[in-house]
Amino acid sequence: MPRLRAWVDRFLGLFQKKNRDAEMDEEIQQHVDLLTERNVAAGMLPHEARNAALREFGGVEQIKEAAREQRVWMWGDEFLQDVRFGARMLLRSPTFSLLAILCLTLGIGTNAAVFSWIEGILIRPYPLVAHQDRMFALIGTTRGAEKGGLSYPDFVDLEKNSTLFESFIIDRITGTTLSVGDRAERATGGLVSANYFDALGVQPIFGRGFRPEEGIGRNAHPVTVISYLTWKDRYKNDPEIVGKTQYMNGVQHTIIGVAPEKFHGTFIGYSFNFWVPTSMQETFDSTGYKMEDRGARWTEGYAFLKPGVSRQQAQAELNSIAQRLENDFPETNRGHGVELIPLWKTPFNGAGNMSQTLGITMAVVFLVLLIACANVSNLLLARSLLRRHEMTMRLALGAGRGRLLRQLVTEGLLLSTVAAAGGIAVAYWCRNALVLAFPPPVPGIVVDYPGQIDWRVLVVSAGICILATLVFALVPAIHASHVDLSGALKTEAGGVVGGSGRSRLRSALVLVQVSLSFVLLAGTGLLLQSLQKMRTSNPGFSTDTIVSVTDLFSAGYNLERAKTFHTQLLDRVRTIPGVESATLNRVIPFSYKVYSSAPLEIDGYQPAPNAQPTSEYNEVAEDYFVTIGIPIVSGREFARTDDENAPPVAIINETMAAKYWPGKNPLGQRLKVKDRWMQIIGIAKNANYRTKLEPPGPFFYVPLRQNFGVQNSLLIRTRLKPGAITNALAREVHALDPNLAPWLANPLQEDIDQMSYSQRLAVTLVSIFGAMALFLAAIGLYAVMSYSVSQGTRELGLRMALGAGAGDLLRLVISRGLRLTTAGIVIGAIAALLLTRLMGNLLYKVSPRDPISYGSALVVLVGVALLACFLPARRATRIDPVRALRT
Amino acid sequence: MAKEKPDLVYGTLDMLILKALQHDPRHGLAIADRIQQMSKDILHVEQGSLYPALYRLEAQGWIKAEWGVSDNNRKARYYELTAAGRKQLSAEKAHWSRITAGINRVLAT
Repeated sequence: MPRLRAWVDRFLGLFQKKNRDAEMDEEIQQHVDLLTERNVAAGMLPHEARNAALREFGGVEQIKEAAREQRVWMWGDEFLQDVRFGARMLLRSPTFSLLAILCLTLGIGTNAAVFSWIEGILIRPYPLVAHQDRMFALIGTTRGAEKGGLSYPDFVDLEKNSTLFESFIIDRITGTTLSVGDRAERATGGLVSANYFDALGVQPIFGRGFRPEEGIGRNAHPVTVISYLTWKDRYKNDPEIVGKTQYMNGVQHTIIGVAPEKFHGTFIGYSFNFWVPTSMQETFDSTGYKMEDRGARWTEGYAFLKPGVSRQQAQAELNSIAQRLENDFPETNRGHGVELIPLWKTPFNGAGNMSQTLGITMAVVFLVLLIACANVSNLLLARSLLRRHEMTMRLALGAGRGRLLRQLVTEGLLLSTVAAAGGIAVAYWCRNALVLAFPPPVPGIVVDYPGQIDWRVLVVSAGICILATLVFALVPAIHASHVDLSGALKTEAGGVVGGSGRSRLRSALVLVQVSLSFVLLAGTGLLLQSLQKMRTSNPGFSTDTIVSVTDLFSAGYNLERAKTFHTQLLDRVRTIPGVESATLNRVIPFSYKVYSSAPLEIDGYQPAPNAQPTSEYNEVAEDYFVTIGIPIVSGREFARTDDENAPPVAIINETMAAKYWPGKNPLGQRLKVKDRWMQIIGIAKNANYRTKLEPPGPFFYVPLRQNFGVQNSLLIRTRLKPGAITNALAREVHALDPNLAPWLANPLQEDIDQMSYSQRLAVTLVSIFGAMALFLAAIGLYAVMSYSVSQGTRELGLRMALGAGAGDLLRLVISRGLRLTTAGIVIGAIAALLLTRLMGNLLYKVSPRDPISYGSALVVLVGVALLACFLPARRATRIDPVRALRT
Repeated sequence: MAKEKPDLVYGTLDMLILKALQHDPRHGLAIADRIQQMSKDILHVEQGSLYPALYRLEAQGWIKAEWGVSDNNRKARYYELTAAGRKQLSAEKAHWSRITAGINRVLAT
């Protein structure tokens, strides 16, 4: 330990030189003063005493210098010397330094940027929340699988009966149309438990958070905390905002607080505009009051563990509580459990999608870094030849090889430090770039994927920087320090065909670059193909159907008014010229809204013990199947007459028919949903309901007119352009209620695109970084080829003098480049076959060995390699044989 | 007047400083005094040469320093032996007795 302390002291001594000098001055001063006093006491006169003391002490300045030498770290001194010398060397060849720094900046910068995204989106996504390491997402499970939410009564029971948790919070995303002044825009918000702000440790900058009593009481506490952005944007920084009111979903809410600027809520992907307590659930959920319904699993949220509690312990406690709930409430809770999920896997917000995308991106940028390092290594190797004279001289003068090695590594460190600074600047500049890939779905909603540059990102960047230095600087450095003293005196002329050890090393580096580039290109090709397949694959309905929503719920419509409004609107829309058919449905396919789901009872079907058949379903009006383009394979579609006065009916999909009525005709059979028997009148073709990746499952439809709700969306099949239909629609809505306006009418395709943003982001990122890698590898190949041409001038000149033509030389140089490229491609293809298997679940209907992707990677790489070799090769043909041989 | 006193044997100053600090913390001048006193006025330390040695010992972690107040109310930097320093002192003592025994034997023949 003391030894370690001494080292630390010495190291600090480097930086505190001034301070320590002052201390030393004082100490010596005191010593001389003491001596002087003693001399005075012995009877000397004051000035005599002082002179005698100084004589006795010795030469003050020399002693100080000698003392200083003892203190300054020898190694540190040498280090500074190396740094100074290295900086001079780098400045002397600015082109080299700039190129090397640029390559490294790209490498380190992309890594730092991706890591800042991972940090800001997945690891510590909520900057103002302390102890995010103890924060977990809370998920409901059904028979251990299928993720969902929790019911409010279950949530309260968890909170009451657990001992290992600090707190539980609910944060359910909700939305409204926010009208401030004459501006109406969509807004996203959170329906949160009353302890939300306290548990997160987030203090509103004005006003207060919610009080415990505000969490309960049906619609009893219309209070809201608004976000900083809303306060700034919509309320123009009104300092008197607290106590003012705003209408949301027809209810006047009192603004009780403004959240701090950096707090965007706890939902990855969106920056929330407001928060309301759970007591207002009914006001913000168009599907009804659920606070006392143990079967309604609508809450999403998080749990904070107590310090020192492991996730396993906490999970075990949750399991035992869930078990008790299963026993106490078998009707609603049989087979239901609760699970803690790390924040980065949170399934109910953007984290789940982003984690895979960012994981792949991290791997890709790491490859980019390796390629960049190989480039810099190459540059250093080329330069070490130029510096061979210097190295030889230093060795001959007695410098140790270790000292030379240290000098070269120091220079490498200097390069990568500058590059790291640049890289962090790049990362800082790109930290919010991900948002660009996610256009907001409707105006007013703020998409939010912030990167975060904190000390962890800086530490990792520093780590990357050191790692990079070791990778790129060490190989050439070891190589350079093994200069053969006598051999170095002889001239060494390399050839184009044969190779010295040095050029073999450089070729190996290019080989690595080419093969890594091939892996990236093949991977990019696979992702592109997958995206293309996903875009063009048929979801089972026609994606050019126009969808439009008028937000009656936010406007405060009750069920009766909504019913009248929608019936009239549907009639009016059907008369618009150019409209072929129109219908209403509850949930738009591929939207964020969730389908209703219910346990089923089926006539003549005996479920296995402990299994409860359930299925999702959608409420749709007449003409739904015609309008959205899902064929009815047998039976009929819903009619306008299938309303409250008619007997309940349902239409099932093919999977459901095959599952519950195997070998039988389900038409005319009965199905019991929520205590209502309904007759099956039709079978519809299977379609995708939420994503194109979902496996086929049972699904059924019930008539909207038998299950009316306030919030419905309008579907229109038309030949009109979306713009034209939007205007016509706005007129009709306006005619029915002048205060209302429909949201933009758009083809269903746009909603589908929204769901595939994370795949598109993955493709975009991998393409950008893949292009970067290709570019770096091309530079590497070019550098090696042009270097070998310049080294082989003598040989080429000789060949020329012996009668080789320009074409022969061109072929000679290019064929060597292509040999390198081919070898690289072979290695790369093997690596890609092994690595792309890991992308399996990101690929949609594309084999990880897809020949088109591999083929195009091959073509691109060979093309780039030809280009990179052609320039040096052409230079080779212009060599003047006379001059080449004379030198 | 510089060389009227016997010089210290080369390399022994460190050991003498450690020895002088064996029981109590002392400041620079007191260390010089102590060495002189212990040697019964045979050994005189050149005051200035004390400091490079002190800093060297401090950097090795054998002694540590702290500002304090001297007997006559002056600020002074006090040096104190560390555990590692104690070990070093006994190691050097053992080494020294071996060497001197050897030299004595050589001179005795």
